[in-house]
Formats: sequence, C-alpha cells, structure tokens
Amino acid sequence: MSWIENRFEEGMIITSLDWAINWGRTCSIWPMTFGLACCAIEMMAIGASRFDVDRFGAGAFRASPRQADLMIVAGTVTYKMASRVKRLYNQMPEPKYVMAMGACTIGGGPYFKNGYHVVKGVDLVVPVDIYVPGCPPRPEALIEGLMRLQDKIRHQTVARDRWNSVKDAAFSPATGAN
Amino acid sequence: MAPEEIADLLKKQFSDKIAGFTFETAHPRIEVRADAWPEVAKFLRNDSRLQLNFLRCITAVDMLEDEQFVVEYDLFSARMSAKSGSPWTITNEVAIAVKVPRNSATIPTVAHVWRAADWHEREAYDLMGINFTGHPDSVTDHDGTHPRRILCPDDWVGHALQKDYKFPMEYHGIPAVTEHEQTRPIH
Repeated sequence: MSWIENRFEEGMIITSLDWAINWGRTCSIWPMTFGLACCAIEMMAIGASRFDVDRFGAGAFRASPRQADLMIVAGTVTYKMASRVKRLYNQMPEPKYVMAMGACTIGGGPYFKNGYHVVKGVDLVVPVDIYVPGCPPRPEALIEGLMRLQDKIRHQTVARDRWNSVKDAAFSPATGAN
Repeated sequence: MAPEEIADLLKKQFSDKIAGFTFETAHPRIEVRADAWPEVAKFLRNDSRLQLNFLRCITAVDMLEDEQFVVEYDLFSARMSAKSGSPWTITNEVAIAVKVPRNSATIPTVAHVWRAADWHEREAYDLMGINFTGHPDSVTDHDGTHPRRILCPDDWVGHALQKDYKFPMEYHGIPAVTEHEQTRPIH
C-alpha cells in the first residue's frame, strides 16, 4: 500500500460502494407495525425504553408498508389473513426483509396439527429472511434476530444477489401462491 | 323468579310448544320447539313478570351420536337497581334449549327480539352450520340463504366446530397439515 499512502488530505474517506450502502441499510431497518397476535406484545417491548431497539436504528415503526424495510410477522397467520400478509409484503419497497417471529409464524406452532385455519408457516406465503423461535420469543431474542438480519444485510452486494433472484422466481406476484 | 316458576308460566301459556325441562343441573334450562321459538322469545322479553331483556350468549352443541344440534340461549333480566352502588339487579335467569335434527338444522331467528342474537347467530352458523331463517344479515350463495359468516372467510367450505368436520388441505394455494395428512412441502 506504500504507493497510495499520504496522497490524500485528512478527513477523506475511502470505501467500497457496497460497504457504504450496506452500512446505511443496516443501521436504519424500519420495521412495519404488524402485530397479529400475542407476539406483538414482545415486539412492542423492544421498542420501549428497557430494550430500546432504537440503538440499532430499527425503532421507527411505520404504520405503512410503503415506508418500511422489515416486516416482523408477530403472531398467528390465519388463512384469512394470509392474503393480506401477501399484499402488504408486495406493497413494501425493495429492499425488503421478513422476520418470522414466534412458533406460529415459523411452522404453525401449537396449531400445527389441530388448527383448521392456521397457515403452517408464513414462509408458505412470503419469503422469510430470519426465523426467531419462541412462544413468544423474549425481546432479547428478537434483538438477536435483528442483529442476525444486520449481518445478512452486511453481506449483500449491489453486483448480483443470488438470493433475490431465487426469491423473485418463487414469490413473484404473477406466479406465486394466491 | 326461580326457573321452575318460569317453566310453569311458559307451560301455562304455550302448553305443547314447550318440549321439556331440566332443573337438576347447574344450568337449569327449558326446552322449546324450534318452530315456536320466536313467539316464546317475544313473550319472555315482553311479559311484565319475566322481562328477560338480556341475551347473554348462544351456545351451539353438536350431539353427533343423537343426530342433533342443541342451541342454548342464556337469558337474564337486568333492571336498574334502586339502591346506589350496584347499577344492575338480576331478578330472573334461565336458559332456553332448542333442539334441531342434524341434517336439517334450521331455527327461526330471534335477532329482532334481542339484538345481541345477530352476531351470535352468525357465529353459530359459521362454526356449527345452524341456519337461522329470517336473519337480518343473510346472504344467498351455493349453500342457500343463510346468515353471513362472521369469523371464517366468506368462501370457506364447511363449518369448523362440527364433530365430523374435515380440515381443508389447501386454501387459495396455501398447503396445510393435519394429524392424518400433509400437503405442506417437507424441507
């Protein structure tokens, strides 16, 4: 690195475009207010002062999917609700992430065998990035899930994102389920 | 007024339209024939001795072995209390049972007698499949004319709390899992 040293003024920052974009996305993941059932109580708890998710830049819960980056599906998704979940997901602008919070959204939870109306995992409706297990998960677990999502975003690249192409093929509005 | 006295009063007024009584249980109830039920309901609400003006809930029971549904209406009369402190006094309290055969479960609505019956009857139709004729919020579709569903989506097939209900294995392209079979892909 000797040929490049001492060539620039103080205060000049050199970085890759990927790093800068991912830094911005990582530190301002705005979640959508999307509490469906009891998990929503824990989701509200991370926004309050004891757990304070604002430390990670994710405290701005938006009431509109069009302003949100992250959909925390907090609670039981029923067949009646599934089409609404799908529509809200489609209304979110890219880049968008989905966190399945709690046993119900991961795989049906206590309703896995004997719930006639419960979707057996929200990943049958929308693509899920992070699964946070628990019934309900502690707020610490949800913050852990948020940090793992930040890890995931840090490894994105603007060049070519294989995950996005897989995701789009499986869940495009034209060909996906419902 | 005790349930026995209410039963005597009804027996005097309606004779053969009252099908029976059960007083030994913790939930004393009077059995009324389905076709006479709205007429009896109006009497229960309007009679000055009874004034059963409050429908607490409607319970539908699936008696699969007896091939019938039992619908129980819990009634009480709430009056403004004369003494301060407690706003209401409950003077009369009784339950009415209406039995209908399972294959033609039809009961005349009482939503015009107690407004609370409106949503309760919609729920009883949605989950148990009991058709309340003349319901103010009725729809007509491939199942005939029936109260609008209240919990399940409008295009739901079947009635979920019937004992012989078969779980849907697919709804709008979303696969499902039950005790016996699975259409959800195994990862």
